[in-house]
Amino acid sequence: MTTVITVPPSLDDETFEQVFDQLAPVPADEKVLIDARHTRWSSPFGLTALLTVGQSREVRADFTGPEAEDTASYWQRAGFYRHAEELFELHGHVPRARNLSGESNVLLEITPVEKSDDVHGVVERIQTKAQVILVNELNLDAQTTMRFAMTLSEACQNIVEHAEARGWVAVQTYTWRQRLGRRVVVIAVCDAGIGFRRSLEMAQGRKRIDRWDDGVALEDAVVRGVSRFHDPGRGQGLAGVQRFVAKWDGKLSIRSGTARIAIVPPWDTDTPLLRHLPPFPGAQLQITIPERVVSR
Amino acid sequence: MKHFIDVSVVLRQTGSGQYSNLVTRSTGAAVRQEIELAVAALPERTLTIIDFSSVGMMDFSCADEVVGKLLNDIRRGPEPREVYIAVSGVGDSHLEAIETVLECYGLAVVVEDAHGPWRVVGPLDDDSRRACNAVNRRGRACAADIAPELGESADLTDRTLNTLWERRLVMRDANGYLALQMAL
Repeated sequence: MTTVITVPPSLDDETFEQVFDQLAPVPADEKVLIDARHTRWSSPFGLTALLTVGQSREVRADFTGPEAEDTASYWQRAGFYRHAEELFELHGHVPRARNLSGESNVLLEITPVEKSDDVHGVVERIQTKAQVILVNELNLDAQTTMRFAMTLSEACQNIVEHAEARGWVAVQTYTWRQRLGRRVVVIAVCDAGIGFRRSLEMAQGRKRIDRWDDGVALEDAVVRGVSRFHDPGRGQGLAGVQRFVAKWDGKLSIRSGTARIAIVPPWDTDTPLLRHLPPFPGAQLQITIPERVVSR
Repeated sequence: MKHFIDVSVVLRQTGSGQYSNLVTRSTGAAVRQEIELAVAALPERTLTIIDFSSVGMMDFSCADEVVGKLLNDIRRGPEPREVYIAVSGVGDSHLEAIETVLECYGLAVVVEDAHGPWRVVGPLDDDSRRACNAVNRRGRACAADIAPELGESADLTDRTLNTLWERRLVMRDANGYLALQMAL
């Protein structure tokens, strides 16, 4: 029997919970069909998280992409289908691959991250384009480009250091009309690896506590800077990400297992910590940096 | 004696030659190990200047390996040696990463400034920082020289300077204390 998982029309970190919710009761060794025929838009989080859905299945999932030509074409240009064909049985219309070079809002097409070299590649590729977009379109200062690349590097390294599985990263800008009315740059880094809780459980000499779950693990890692490694300099990557996000009035959210933590800026109404969400392996991280409003 | 290490050259030697950025922990660890080998081969009282000027960007994980762990191993290792480390060619983003990791280790390092006296970055109490900056401005000083400037007794100033020497932030000889800048 194949269970149909319906992808919402607009796919972002919030609406993706509908996908996780539908997947939760279906054992990993049962066939699913990911039905995105009626999806019209996806954030980079949506696209990279969809890949992790394919990654998390023991039986190769079926996938039907958007029927809307412009949406399907955009997903192709963002690199989605290139990776999806390795993970899913693709059905329906798959748009032809086209050159991405003219796509100004894609800072980084969907890129696999598994080893240190992949992070080097991501950082090298993004720097030139990030300079133009962060400064000219988002009104951030020129120094920001380096910090942005540092943030991206640390976010990707969570996969290399902790996931024990491949993940994907994507970076895009778009206008966030509904929530913010401004342009934003969004980094999405998603994997279906072991997640924060299991990573922290590997720490040598870790003390067991009564109230231990994915939520506590996320609080430990994000709020208290706990790492599974005991060296003094560990845990600085996520702390650096948070400083960058705070400086630019941005937002950081990380979902792992059954919990999701968010560093919420004043412009957003998200909940800082959600527990008892539908379980999903790995970690799914999103960083949103809004356009800076310049008074004229 | 001075010894100069261009981090971008070490980066190439570690097999990451096609990249100009110092990112990822494994890259940082490989670079640190190369620098440790080089420093271990140097005689006592050598100043090693680690130069970042050809490194585009350095993330926190790399800063932890190349600066934090390196200094920690050298200064707090099983066989402490009188070797000195300074860093040069650091931009604002390098500094942010370096200061962050130094805070974790409770270590400070002298930073070469092309336009003036070298300065110390990292956690240091106010008296020590002022004493270190005073030595860096003068090039050479003994406790009696800078005690009035610090508003402390010569004895207390000498203790402060001696602690700076133990932390390898200034050098010491028979005549007093020297800024790392003065190393030949």
